[in-house]
Amino acid sequence: MSEIQNKTNHADLAEVFNNDEARVDWHDETLWWIRSKRDVAVNKISNWEDLRETASQIKHNVLSNLSSYLQQFESNALTNGITVHWAVDAKEHNQIVLDILKKHSIDQMVKSKSMLTEECHLNDFLEENGINVIDSDLGERIVQLAKEMPSHIVLPCIHKKKEEIGELFHQHLGTPAGNADPQFLTETARQHLRDTFLTRRAALTGVNFAIAETGEFVVCTNEGNADMGAHLANVHIASMGIEKIIPERKHLGVFLRLLTRSATGQPITTYSSHFKRPNKGKEMHIIIVDNGRSIQLGREDFRNSLKCIRCGACMNTCPVYRRSGGHSYHNAISGPIGSILAPNLDMEKYADLPFASTLCGSCTNVCPVKIDIHQQLYKWRQVIVKNGYVPAAKTVSMKIMDWTLSSPTAYHTAGKAGRFVLKYAPVIVNNKLNPWYKHRDMPEPPKESFGEWYKKNRNN
Amino acid sequence: MKVGLFIPCYVDQFYPGAAIACLQLLEKLGVDVVYPKNQTCCGQPMANSGFEHLTGGCNDLFIKNFSEFDYVVGPSGSCVLHLKEHLHNHDNPEIATTLSNKLYEFTSFLTDVLKVKTLPARFPHKVGVHQSCHGQRGLHLSQMTELVAPEFSKPGSLLNMVKDIELVHLSRKDECCGFGGTFCVAEEAVSSKMGKDRVEDHLHNGAEYITGVDMSCLMHMEGILHRQGSKVKVLHIAEILNGE
Amino acid sequence: MTSREKILSDVKTNQPDLTTMPDVDFLLQEDVDVPEKFIAALTAIGGHVIEVKDYAAIKAFIAENFQQPSRKITTISQLGDIAEYIEDDSLAPHSLENVDYTIIGSDLAVAENGAIWITEDKIHTRVLPFISQHLAVTVKRKDIVPTMHYAYNKIASTDYGFATFIAGPSKTADIEQSLVLGAHGARSMTVFLIN
Repeated sequence: MSEIQNKTNHADLAEVFNNDEARVDWHDETLWWIRSKRDVAVNKISNWEDLRETASQIKHNVLSNLSSYLQQFESNALTNGITVHWAVDAKEHNQIVLDILKKHSIDQMVKSKSMLTEECHLNDFLEENGINVIDSDLGERIVQLAKEMPSHIVLPCIHKKKEEIGELFHQHLGTPAGNADPQFLTETARQHLRDTFLTRRAALTGVNFAIAETGEFVVCTNEGNADMGAHLANVHIASMGIEKIIPERKHLGVFLRLLTRSATGQPITTYSSHFKRPNKGKEMHIIIVDNGRSIQLGREDFRNSLKCIRCGACMNTCPVYRRSGGHSYHNAISGPIGSILAPNLDMEKYADLPFASTLCGSCTNVCPVKIDIHQQLYKWRQVIVKNGYVPAAKTVSMKIMDWTLSSPTAYHTAGKAGRFVLKYAPVIVNNKLNPWYKHRDMPEPPKESFGEWYKKNRNN
Repeated sequence: MKVGLFIPCYVDQFYPGAAIACLQLLEKLGVDVVYPKNQTCCGQPMANSGFEHLTGGCNDLFIKNFSEFDYVVGPSGSCVLHLKEHLHNHDNPEIATTLSNKLYEFTSFLTDVLKVKTLPARFPHKVGVHQSCHGQRGLHLSQMTELVAPEFSKPGSLLNMVKDIELVHLSRKDECCGFGGTFCVAEEAVSSKMGKDRVEDHLHNGAEYITGVDMSCLMHMEGILHRQGSKVKVLHIAEILNGE
Repeated sequence: MTSREKILSDVKTNQPDLTTMPDVDFLLQEDVDVPEKFIAALTAIGGHVIEVKDYAAIKAFIAENFQQPSRKITTISQLGDIAEYIEDDSLAPHSLENVDYTIIGSDLAVAENGAIWITEDKIHTRVLPFISQHLAVTVKRKDIVPTMHYAYNKIASTDYGFATFIAGPSKTADIEQSLVLGAHGARSMTVFLIN
């Protein structure tokens, strides 16, 4: 662990992850299996590509009219009896949650999955303020017990082996040592969390979609934990980013068809719950959070990232994510989408993430709302370099490269030198200082370049 | 029809055989091909590292070398894609657009412009096809497994014209090999692991040769094969299509 | 400036030029064998479909398959003689903690994914279909629509305080992607398809 904590860039963290190759293989195969299930599911929908395009256009309309939709949503939600709060940043969001809980003298809360609260580090803040928070999604509960961040937005503990989970349950929930049966562990969590649901007076959920037309919001889960928490509590708090808006209820038809097929290959989540009015005698709060999103909205090249519906398909398909693990992205949202969202929040801290990609483009192809993820990774690289967040040595070498490649004379001299070095002094280059050689050899140097061959063999 | 042959820098320096095959096959097909000798590089290594603003020199040189041709053909999906997306000229934007529209990756030129239906080639071996991402997903040389759309493959169709060739089935037919330009050294651990896994898929399914439209991916996989002491070889697709 | 004003103002400043809303009605595509597709979809996600003629057949099925003494609840008056009948929201949610079997009605089901639309007026207490150990829903064959687009066409202008699509039993695959039924909600879901 200490090795990981000392390293904060993707390449180094990924190298640590790759020290255990069998585990990398296991992680890769598990996520590839989900990608394969996604392929089977989407191939059953003949107009899948039309659906993606439609969703992308709806989201574009949302972004282009967001200030009006937010006000329309607020106005309808207020009419429905929901209390609406606005938070400029994570700090304000967390304070609003705390204030609601304090008002009701509540010091224990149950929470279902919300990546926004991970982004805001809500749990840490509430714990510091004497509030006990229990995550009720099984995967989230597991990483919470392990004192870790989720490594995947849909599958929070995909990096953990069942034996490790069995051990966590043994330590924290008193299950027999050595029992790692998923059925048994899930049943244990069910029993343990049922007590939690029944005794908590406040529940926090995320929001998958907020409908401007009706002022209602939709929360999707497979486990039923959001509903168990929300319906048994007196106070339901729902946290949403400003980009969660969709214009009309009928647009849910498009998004609910796309979301889970993309995420796990299921046709729909088990529960897609529509919360419109608080139950009699109870309170329902919505916190609408900006936290940098309006800045991203103003970045023409990157605003499409706000279309994201958090399905995680880009992670499952990403060959780099599968072989580096979610924690190597050192951000609440990992993988390709995390790599284009994070630099907006802190360009210096996350300068490495857009480079953690081969730009293969698979992420863009699986994205259900057609975010041009790999193009944005490329564009972030340009922005990061222009803002000076790359090592100086790289800048110098790039300038030399440009000088060499812009000048045919310099290029031909450099090429000869390069091949000369390879051919006659392989030990000089073939050493541990050159990362290429750690696992690969360089090609056998040819006796002449194509240019030289052409000069001899063709008369021009 | 006058065609300018664009040979990416690393092909020129390390894989002249691929470039020669490309030239010879185009000549066999009756094309008037010229290799402008002052060419260097498309600028992609810099651009993908975030230094696109330093690629002006490369762009100017490329435009100078190739503007006169009816078509420009290059044996690399990656370099061609980079130029199609990013070639620009500040003073004369149109000259760059015109040129990038005439620019073709080698197999798409054979398929879409020359409309090749038969080839006089024979290659009696089991061959694994590596779908290089930029050619496949960027230039749509073949259908992508992520999309719900009809199957096709330009490199695959051309290879199927080769006598006695056997194309092996891969368990992940369009997964990235992990080369990724400077990614291969900046993210050495993941890059090598991706390459290892890609090579393993070909080996496991019995390939004697691995081919593709991009020598850069093949160089990466060759480096791994060589380190493993494998007898399996990499060949640019032009070398197979130009065979015997 | 309040946070609300600041957010709305920043959004308005930064949002791109207005684009038109795409039509979604073209996605309404007729389908054949809709009930059969519903049965296949629900079965594939772990649900059970029992085709029945009438409420008597449902009673017979429950009598045969859930004989052990247990707390059964229904919101369907016709089934009031085999289960505790609830007709309003007077029951406290927490009092449902020990419910084993719940039978509720629905008038909308979706063939493409096996989802059943449940509105608050069909359950009276919101937590009921989640807290019950097992869930059964009646739906008429004629109320199955092909896709979610048709479903939302029907739902579009209806009113509810709470409503949910339920598709199969509660489940999780969070532990090494091993599918386990019965995470926090109902362990099983049976749909009585009334012909």
